[in-house]
Amino acid sequence: MTDIRTDTYENEAGFGDFFALLKPRVMSLVVFTALVGLLVAPGGINPVVGFASVLFIAIGAGASGALNMWYDADIDAVMKRTAGRPVPSGRVAPGEAFAIGITLSVMAVVMLALAANFVAAGLLAFTIFFYAVVYTMWLKRWTPQNIVIGGASGAFPPMIGWAAVTGGISLESVLMFALIFLWTPPHFWALALFMKEDYSKAGVPMLTVTHGRQTTRRHMFAYTLALVAVSLALALSSIGGPFTLAVSVLLNLWFLKAAFIVLRRDEASARSDGYKAEKAMFRVSLYYLFLMFGALLVETTLKSLGLGGW
Amino acid sequence: MGLAQEHEIHKRRLGRNMGVGIALGAFVILVFALTMAKLKDGGQIEGFDHQYQTPRPVVTQ
Repeated sequence: MTDIRTDTYENEAGFGDFFALLKPRVMSLVVFTALVGLLVAPGGINPVVGFASVLFIAIGAGASGALNMWYDADIDAVMKRTAGRPVPSGRVAPGEAFAIGITLSVMAVVMLALAANFVAAGLLAFTIFFYAVVYTMWLKRWTPQNIVIGGASGAFPPMIGWAAVTGGISLESVLMFALIFLWTPPHFWALALFMKEDYSKAGVPMLTVTHGRQTTRRHMFAYTLALVAVSLALALSSIGGPFTLAVSVLLNLWFLKAAFIVLRRDEASARSDGYKAEKAMFRVSLYYLFLMFGALLVETTLKSLGLGGW
Repeated sequence: MGLAQEHEIHKRRLGRNMGVGIALGAFVILVFALTMAKLKDGGQIEGFDHQYQTPRPVVTQ
């Protein structure tokens, strides 16, 4: 035996591959919205407990991402955007992804219960269940409304942050949930319109494929209208204020305009300018969510200075 | 000679082990910090009969 065979391990995972299982980009949105939910909640929280709560919410969300990658490895392997993920590329074995997902899920829920309270932990457990089982296993391959209903799992984090502080659910936290819930369809379908992934090859029913792209444009506009109402209601709620209302009005006008342009276009004109309006709407949607939650945070800061709030 | 051979895979494994080690270490520190935070402002953690500022109901009755 003169040498050690290493060629069979060429594809072995590094630490980064395991981290990638947790979908870091989704996690960053979860951290931000959970943090806002936690900071705008009345009552205040010990900074260490607050930090731990946000961390465990993020780990729980990441764990559900790992379970999603374990279950969806067959779909991910077919689509270009996802083919490089740790499981379909062969760097992480499916069993490993499953084990990490389950272990981190349980750990995050138990730790959130110990650090914050059982309401927050229960909501986190439900979020993980909703994303990994309801969305990934039941809805994704079955109905074109998959991302609409599945969007609920992405909408829970601010509610969990709020519950970590208050120990309950209230109108404000439900409105924050509704904001992300209604934001997800126009955001995601804008992406689906210009990314043109091979969902049909992967066997995933997407609205753009099953009901056509014009129907998708109409659906996007309808959700945008509902989103406007929720956004204004949130600005008028107890966690809003004049500043939030001003930001909300401007953002809504901006998003409505983008959605209206997308609504009025047909596929030929969209193709001719390389889906410029759809890409613009996708970009605006990112700003929309970030700035809406940012405004709530600013309002809370203003309130503590005796300036903001109703 | 043969035993000391370093391959890229060893680096990757070292990175993985270090990553897990650091994550576990951070978790221990976090649980300790949580304990301290809870002890500091957790009135309920200390048993009522151990608080010497207020007499027990049994004593006052």
